[in-house]
Amino acid sequence: MLEALALSARRGSAALFDAVSFRLEPGQVLLLSGPNGSGKTTLLRIAAGLTECAGGWLEWRGVRTAPFDAGLRSAALFIGHAPALKDDFTAEENLASLASLHGATTDHAALVAALSVWSLSGQRALPARVLSQGQRRRTSLARLQLVSRPLWLLDEPAAALDAAGAATLADTLTAHLARGGIAVIATHQDLPLGAGVGRSLRLA
Amino acid sequence: MTDAALQPASDGGAWPGVAWALRRDLRLALRSKAELGVQLLFYTIIVTLFPLGIGADPALLHALASGVLWVAALLASLLSLPRLFAVDFADGTLEQIALSPYPLPALISGKILAHWLTTGAPLALLSPLLALQFGLQGLELAVLALGLLLGTPTLSLLGAVGAALTLGLRAGGALLALLILPLYVPILIFGAGAVEAMRAGLGAGAELSLLAAALLAAGVGAPLAAAAAVRIALD
Repeated sequence: MLEALALSARRGSAALFDAVSFRLEPGQVLLLSGPNGSGKTTLLRIAAGLTECAGGWLEWRGVRTAPFDAGLRSAALFIGHAPALKDDFTAEENLASLASLHGATTDHAALVAALSVWSLSGQRALPARVLSQGQRRRTSLARLQLVSRPLWLLDEPAAALDAAGAATLADTLTAHLARGGIAVIATHQDLPLGAGVGRSLRLA
Repeated sequence: MTDAALQPASDGGAWPGVAWALRRDLRLALRSKAELGVQLLFYTIIVTLFPLGIGADPALLHALASGVLWVAALLASLLSLPRLFAVDFADGTLEQIALSPYPLPALISGKILAHWLTTGAPLALLSPLLALQFGLQGLELAVLALGLLLGTPTLSLLGAVGAALTLGLRAGGALLALLILPLYVPILIFGAGAVEAMRAGLGAGAELSLLAAALLAAGVGAPLAAAAAVRIALD
């Protein structure tokens, strides 16, 4: 489980948020909302261990986390704003590269299956340079199918996705939660998730 | 309720991390061959300008050879360094690399090795050919190439620390040169000194040993320092 205790963050001298606490059990998702600049990305980056918080702390399975600690790195999958794709690689190569960076298997069949879940079968051999924004986002999200991590941290995953893409995202997320996974998601859109799994947190 | 697939991944080993970064960066480099050529061409042109500018005095050219070839190698190394981390930083790959279960110094070592294989190594192999313009011959050519093979990986290693420290800064490229060139001085002295010693008939064993020692020290320390700098840049 993921627990935040009185987290606070600042950008420069301005406080972003103060005393944010939440507790997520396996199978639960936290949906972060709030206006631009309210600290959604910062909260996700703190949870991923990329950024240090100004106050409070996070506990993952009862252990206090520190930036870049090995336990957190092997438990969490963070997908940020930038899709982390290489323009010169094809969609399949990009996916294989990202999945193997996170220690997942990258056999051809698994890659093909993951890309087809995200309706990218036709774009498999195309360089990422020629993909649309939505297709780039899908390629980036397709690693959710390959990398098994208990904690997903997704920053605006539905940005640039069409309705079908958002539905795929919701299905993938529902399956993750049903397996006992945990997720924290910053989003402006409503994701059609099952009842009772979503907590929401609004940052002012 | 928690099934096996959701157990955290075991910590990645160091060698698979090196291999991942090496393989990926080499593949990326092969996709943009123009970038590879630019650096070699730069080196060739700089080295060739000297005989043209100085004139055909064989004794003078012979005396200048090692210094010119080494200074040009330092400049060529500097040319490609800003891109070592900046591209990954801009497209978000660097934060994925830093969050991967593999140790960050191992991944960075792989990137540095790929950088050397695509920049320093071809340059070292090309250097004996260019040195013919200066009238170097026989063992002098061999010592020059060997010195560059031992010295250019150290340049990549030290340069990686500078590249990581200047990540995201506005005048990063210029600052990188100011930061790194002083650190290159010992490598320049030993490297050019090796050829000089050979020319004087003293044997280059001492200088080459010092270059090898510098490589070992940088090989251990630089990836750790670059990893720390990358983490700071990502915060």
